[in-house]
Amino acid sequence: MPKLNLVSHFEAALLFALFSSIVLGIVTKKTDKERLQYGLRCFAYFVGSVFVIGWLMYFGHR
Amino acid sequence: MANTSTPAGTSAPAFRAWLPVVALGWLIPGGGHFLLHRRGRGALISLSVVMMFVLGLMMRGPMFQPQTGDLLTTIIYTGGFIGDLCSGILYFLAVWLGYAQPDVAGHVHDYGAKFLVAAGLLNVLALTDAYEIAVGKKD
Repeated sequence: MPKLNLVSHFEAALLFALFSSIVLGIVTKKTDKERLQYGLRCFAYFVGSVFVIGWLMYFGHR
Repeated sequence: MANTSTPAGTSAPAFRAWLPVVALGWLIPGGGHFLLHRRGRGALISLSVVMMFVLGLMMRGPMFQPQTGDLLTTIIYTGGFIGDLCSGILYFLAVWLGYAQPDVAGHVHDYGAKFLVAAGLLNVLALTDAYEIAVGKKD
């Protein structure tokens, strides 16, 4: 199996957010429309959290 | 004294209704949904769990082995091992085919370990969903 060596923190977090959001959307809501909306919202929350926590760590590390 | 009797008309769902669904769903991610004829959801769950697991392998993430010691070590390593195990056949195939990545420093390896555990935890969420569909709590 090829080694995935060039993945950055951001890319890894995006991949994690994508697949987690798909499953969270599927298992949480009842209709397909609600699932899609919830999945997209989860993905947005994940990505938003990455930026917020990233900047917090940046300023905390200075 | 607390009333421990169940209300009339409510009883624990029969094993036959949910056990095959949960067992298949654990062994093959998304399999429980396929058994319940929820093919679209099963396919998406299967894709997500398999992709998460394969990315974890490609990042050369180490599998957790149960360890005891102080409380934190026990929780992290035993919990991680259980998380890995929840991926079902993916975990067994990886181990049977000789995947034994040592725990080395590096953010990619770290992410890999988390992806492997997260794949198992996503499968647990899928199992819960399949169980609720099987016992009629959910459509």
